[in-house]
Amino acid sequence: MAEAKTLFQKLWDSHRVVDLDDGEALIYIDRHLVNEVTSPQAFESLARRGRKPWRVDAVLAAADHNVPTLMRSQGISDELALVQVRALANNCQALGITHYGMDDARQGILHVIAPELGVTQPGMTIACGDSHTSTHGAFGALAFGIGTSDIEHLLASQCLRMRPLKTLRITVSGTLGKGVSSKDLALGIIARLGASGGAGHAIEFAGDTIESLSMEARMTLCNMSIEAGARIGLVGVDQTTIDYLKGRAAVPSGDAWEQAQVYWREFVSDEGARFDRELAISAESIQPFVTWGTSPDMSCTIDGRVPHPEDVEPLRRESYTRALYYMDLCPGMAISDIRLDKVFIGSCTNARIEDLRIAASVVKGQRVAPGIRQALVVPGSGMVKAQAEAEGLDRIFVDAGFEWRDPGCSMCLGMNEDRLQPGERCASTSNRNFEGRQGAGGRSHLVSPAMAAAAAIAGHFVDVRNC
Amino acid sequence: MQPFTTLDGLVVPLDRRDVDTDAIMPKQFMKSIRRTGFGQNLFDSWRYLDEGVPGADCSDRPLNLEFPLNQPRYQDAQILLCRDNFGCGSSREHAVWAIEEFGFRVLLGTRFADIFFNNCLKNGVLPIRLAPEVIDSLFVQVEQTPGLRLQVDLPKQQVRCGEQQWGFEIDSHSKHCLIEGLDDIDLTLERAGMIERYEQQRQQRTPWLFEPVKGL
Repeated sequence: MAEAKTLFQKLWDSHRVVDLDDGEALIYIDRHLVNEVTSPQAFESLARRGRKPWRVDAVLAAADHNVPTLMRSQGISDELALVQVRALANNCQALGITHYGMDDARQGILHVIAPELGVTQPGMTIACGDSHTSTHGAFGALAFGIGTSDIEHLLASQCLRMRPLKTLRITVSGTLGKGVSSKDLALGIIARLGASGGAGHAIEFAGDTIESLSMEARMTLCNMSIEAGARIGLVGVDQTTIDYLKGRAAVPSGDAWEQAQVYWREFVSDEGARFDRELAISAESIQPFVTWGTSPDMSCTIDGRVPHPEDVEPLRRESYTRALYYMDLCPGMAISDIRLDKVFIGSCTNARIEDLRIAASVVKGQRVAPGIRQALVVPGSGMVKAQAEAEGLDRIFVDAGFEWRDPGCSMCLGMNEDRLQPGERCASTSNRNFEGRQGAGGRSHLVSPAMAAAAAIAGHFVDVRNC
Repeated sequence: MQPFTTLDGLVVPLDRRDVDTDAIMPKQFMKSIRRTGFGQNLFDSWRYLDEGVPGADCSDRPLNLEFPLNQPRYQDAQILLCRDNFGCGSSREHAVWAIEEFGFRVLLGTRFADIFFNNCLKNGVLPIRLAPEVIDSLFVQVEQTPGLRLQVDLPKQQVRCGEQQWGFEIDSHSKHCLIEGLDDIDLTLERAGMIERYEQQRQQRTPWLFEPVKGL
């Protein structure tokens, strides 16, 4: 009998061009996603050294980090952002790379548009100059973020030099409670592992809880793997994966669809496959989470309180103290007493149609609390936006007092105009609560879309299960 | 890439764990299509007391003198002593460009984030992983010994501090590229024939993977 292999091993083996010295391998990359912020220096260097791109038809580009989400017809007023967005368009045009500009209906966050267009498929390797490329692992694809030097390497050779990662399987069993989402599961796992607990590993999420999740929910989970330090998150292929892919633009059709399906279904871990580490989580133990600190592992459940630094091990005490100072929170304060200035529903973590449906169901017929200065909904893509509008979700948000914007990364990282002012506090469905992440001096609390929506209505954090 | 063989350098401590690349290189200064000019905004929100303006000169900005990089005893340091999980978060290579431009050639820590670690090696910056107790002890020694210098020898894979000496691990390819100052793209392209053969075989079994991404 053949050796039982993990999903990671299958993806690795099927993309290994050649084993190199010292345990590294040259790994072939099927899809390369390119944004405007991390690519210009790679294109420039490629041209300067006279290198030709290896396979431009494997590349999909879109401006997502820097683009405005308001009044797009007037163009980009930020001159520095404009230079980057233009550089991407020009580089793509010069080389013949498919590029969706700001005025294209398919434009959006790359980690939202590649799956919805069917560019992301099981059994692929996918790389992008963005750490949240781990998102695509939800399809049983080996997907990870790379730096600009590797973007150039990939453009030039369609390959990357890599060392195999260790494997960590997280088995989640049971049913997530009502009002509890895969974002809460992700935050719960990160709290358990720590922000560096997954370093050097590819995490595979398995178990009946994961099997019951939609593709959107799986993407949220894989997206957040990097916040536990793991560059790669994975979920094995099943019927949910296949059903999601069916009929999408870039997915094969006819005989090729049948052939592809058979191939895709191989991308699961074999029974008896050995993982370097295992972790079991009970879905019933997961509650709505809210981060209180400046690292995604600094979180507690909605019924909890801001921790006392003296209660943690000495190594962490100082970072807890510093985080509480930055966040302007007192130990012992109830999470539900944290009052908010802004609410952001968006990002590659939580701006897909399912996320917007959930958030809309919470705000329907209600009003954003008077103390909230701004509540933003930024759909992940033009297609998500159109779908949401077709379902009337935009009206629900606007009637409640939210702003309904055009797609992009927006306030997740505040590279465009959407950002926190110094001292402002935000409930955010994004992925990072680092100091200054959403704007210099801003304070971010990471939550699920349902929890962000409920917080917008209440003006402070509340348990969405009671709404 | 600037070659790296040996270094005798001053050490500056940064005693925070989980230092993310947003802190190393805040996003407002990343709106550049060049590879240079990031050094002045390294750790911007910790280094300066005011809010920086992208693209503007930083020489007249008020410095946060509590931040180690601004203290006279650590001026011209080339070695940054870090805590666990340094470089976590965003994949932005701008963080490493800023570190290199500022003048650092070596980072010492227990563990670096995966993508950041790779990015360092591609830019002539050597991230060295040492045991937690060694890093702890170095933090104490740096604090107690003004002007503490370390000697780093990449060919021998050794770090020396007075009488103390520690070995470190690095893969032979990265070591070779660092010592020679090579970028590895040409090395990969020497295997172009293998990449083409791989594509041909794969195209037979899974032709849809070679459908162009276009006109969707």
